[in-house]
Amino acid sequence: MSKTKIVGSSSVRVDGLAKVTGAAQYVDDLDFGPGLLHAVVVESTRAHAKLKKVDVSKAEKEPGVVRVVTGKDFPYMFGLYMQDRYIFAQDRVRFVGEQIAAVIAETPEAALRAAKLVRIDYEPLPTVLSLGEALKKDAVLIHPDLGNYQKVPWFFPRAGTNIAHWRKTRKGNVAQGFKQADFILEDTYTVPRYAHCPIEPHAVTGLFDLSGRLTLWASSQSPFAQRNVMATALKPFGLTHRDIRIVTPYVGGGFGGKAGVSMEIIAAVLAIAMKGRPVKLNWTREQEFMNTSQRQGVIARIKMGVKKSGKIVALEHTLHWDAGASAEYGANVVNAVGLSATGPYSVPNVKIDSVCVYTNMPPCGAYRGFGYSEFHFGLESHITRVAQAIGMDPVKFRRLNAIQEGDTLAYGAHMNPGNLRGAIDRIAKEIRWGRKEKAAKPGKAIGKGLACFWKAPAMPPNASSAAFLKFNEDGSLNLTVSGMEIGQGFLTVMAQCAAEVLTVPVEKIRVETPDTDRNPYEWQTVGSHVTWSCGNAVRAAAEEVKTRLLATVARAKHLKAEDLYLADECVKSRKDKKLALPFRDFVIDGIMRPNGNFIGGPIHGTGMFMPEFTSALGDPETSQGGHPNVHYTVGCAGVVVEVDKETGKLAVLKTALAVDAGKAINPELVDGQIVGGIVQGLATALYEDIRYGANGRLLNPNFTDYKIPTALDCPGEIVPIILETAQPDGPFGARGVGEHTMVACAPMVADAIADAVGVRLKTMPLTAEKTALALRGIEYDDVKGDNLGFCFRGRPCDYPFDTGGAK
Amino acid sequence: MKEIAIRLNGEVRRVAVAPNETLLDVLRAKLGVKTPKEGCGRGDCGACTVLLDGKAVRSCLILAIEVDGQSVVTLEGVGKAGPTALQKAFVKNNVFQCGFCAPGVILSASALLVEKPQPSEHDVREALAGNLCRCTGYAPIVATVLAVAKKSAKKKPASRRARS
Repeated sequence: MSKTKIVGSSSVRVDGLAKVTGAAQYVDDLDFGPGLLHAVVVESTRAHAKLKKVDVSKAEKEPGVVRVVTGKDFPYMFGLYMQDRYIFAQDRVRFVGEQIAAVIAETPEAALRAAKLVRIDYEPLPTVLSLGEALKKDAVLIHPDLGNYQKVPWFFPRAGTNIAHWRKTRKGNVAQGFKQADFILEDTYTVPRYAHCPIEPHAVTGLFDLSGRLTLWASSQSPFAQRNVMATALKPFGLTHRDIRIVTPYVGGGFGGKAGVSMEIIAAVLAIAMKGRPVKLNWTREQEFMNTSQRQGVIARIKMGVKKSGKIVALEHTLHWDAGASAEYGANVVNAVGLSATGPYSVPNVKIDSVCVYTNMPPCGAYRGFGYSEFHFGLESHITRVAQAIGMDPVKFRRLNAIQEGDTLAYGAHMNPGNLRGAIDRIAKEIRWGRKEKAAKPGKAIGKGLACFWKAPAMPPNASSAAFLKFNEDGSLNLTVSGMEIGQGFLTVMAQCAAEVLTVPVEKIRVETPDTDRNPYEWQTVGSHVTWSCGNAVRAAAEEVKTRLLATVARAKHLKAEDLYLADECVKSRKDKKLALPFRDFVIDGIMRPNGNFIGGPIHGTGMFMPEFTSALGDPETSQGGHPNVHYTVGCAGVVVEVDKETGKLAVLKTALAVDAGKAINPELVDGQIVGGIVQGLATALYEDIRYGANGRLLNPNFTDYKIPTALDCPGEIVPIILETAQPDGPFGARGVGEHTMVACAPMVADAIADAVGVRLKTMPLTAEKTALALRGIEYDDVKGDNLGFCFRGRPCDYPFDTGGAK
Repeated sequence: MKEIAIRLNGEVRRVAVAPNETLLDVLRAKLGVKTPKEGCGRGDCGACTVLLDGKAVRSCLILAIEVDGQSVVTLEGVGKAGPTALQKAFVKNNVFQCGFCAPGVILSASALLVEKPQPSEHDVREALAGNLCRCTGYAPIVATVLAVAKKSAKKKPASRRARS
């Protein structure tokens, strides 16, 4: 790879000044004038019930109310990968918080008052609030029409059950693998649901203007995917793609929660109902918890067989996921895990069953890590236990089994480049692995943990990116892309990619958030794939601009383009050292020839990228034969904790994470992803503890009761480490790192607790309470009570894993 | 409705408010000041932080009618004469990510640096403990506040010498 100047340097963020001065606008900061209407949604108070009557007569009479909308007005389904969700509930409600009606009023206060006057008569249906209930024989069906739903071809729902999707991966022969094994360990691990908690709740304003054009200003990671989902769902109104416009200003945090479509489609239909007037719909913090999406809960059974040498010979990984009442996005999380639940290890015999299960809980979807954090908790915990059981150092065990370039993946494709062993070594050194440390204070114990991670973007095989680049008179440029700036620094990195090719300083490139009318296509900003995918598109656009720059000068000056090159914002010549034509002299107005003619014209370029080597057409029974993932990013993380032997209270003294970024286009922004991702990961491991009542109602939908870390709750030291093994098809060798940084956090903490005080926690979160109980020999599951933080009742070890006679 | 007068970012603004309107709603909806954000509406997240007579407060928990005659500073008022040293350092160090918490964080940190120009790391973390950030992991925010404080300490003796 040739040396780069701008790529690889920590350029200042292009949105930095806007964000510290408050110039950066988020959706709710936009003004729509005095004609703006406000909407409040009426939600189900029942987890599962028939809707007998929705009486809006009183609400309609409330002063200030202009209209009340119900499911009768908009009886349509929608969904990203599977259309299993209604805009408004129809004949039944499927979770507490499901939208039943919406009040549109002149003021937010009037809308809120009227929403309380909507009367709903329910006829109770038996609820399905845990995986056990959902999967039992003759279970109550949450989606009796499952067999008729529109879906992508790589989902396999089972009509007549609560199974929304079942991903099977089969490699080698697991039965024989276990026969060869010298040691086998089997155990169950559980991970509850989690909430994204962006500080900005979802917000949308919609306008269906008098010419029939629908514009939405949305806080979204996915403007184009939203437009597409809406064009499909709103076809009955004659709306086509060209009639729908999504404008996405800055987003106040996404973490997957603003991917796909959730409440945005409600704002769209409310706008349609109020043609000519803008309608605003803002989610409250409570709604942000209950009715966007959550991270799925999972209960995972792992059976691993190893040789005395430490080589893994067989892995059986069965995961039952609590998708909630809709799996339109969550089923793809399940799918991704079903392909990759070996973790970053080379395993010859594999059987994975990843099963997506409907429950009467709020719908789940994408969350930073896309299922990988969830399965790594069990898998990495299990690996440490297996290594220790055969008397092998867990770091040595991981090094031995670490996946390497060219290894055959569970679904038959081959592993891309990545330096996992290098990452393990760096982390082991950083946390002084193997050196037992004594706590400074009495009553405390120091423990260390280390875990590996990998993750691939989960995307359709034809997910693509595009970029437009145009010059201005002064040699500055506008770059338009539709990846979303959700904080990760996407816009800055795209500017760096263009700047590198064109030898222009980053400050001279303006790149802003998308508008589907003006910006080129981008599938979605998810899966940590936009740096890679859109970076390739931007690079291609910049190369096209470069070609035009050279061609213009060559034509005007009668030179050969191949003798020309770009440097310092000029076209220069290898043959004539004196030639240095600044871009600003010709990129709009052209170059004058001696006779007064001008040669050239406004210079611009376009680029696109689609990974043309992928395929989702693997065999449904084995997943062999396709190429569902573009590449994996690998890495390792480690932690040093201090645990109070009496209370179980834990302090993170130090943590370090090494990730193979391929090429860090902006190292400081990669560090930002590492530090922020570790703290979010530690939060899921230590603090965030979601609770549902026995009626399916979320009990802690606020930051008082659902704790995310404050500045006081962070590790003493965080060490980010970047490795660079180039991704051959990435822009300048780059691949994604954003989600990966939280994936290893929970298992490394579980290992560190075990190392410190000798108790193994197998259910997240790893709270002081659980540690303290375990230290006293009390099973947490025996005392946890009825609040469903989990997707199951009882003990995980008693959970029946019936995979229905699957091969 | 009652008319109140507040000194908002240095200018006296008069506005009619209902007794139950929060300062946050009045700032955003009636006075066009959009940097205080609503993240939770119940005082948990700190995105709505403003300076009330110099003290960092949550504007979602304060009724507008209570602040009649007081001074309110929002982020719009902080960098009026160009970005402050703290704002510049936040940009230079690529500190903020999504930026939604930035207005509140900057106001809390600015108030701290006035009250305690040489804070310890714990002081900074404590002063920012009411401002939730989901992106950064806080480390770059805390480091930058400390660096700016340190830099201003170095400058001060020089300016004293200049005066004497």
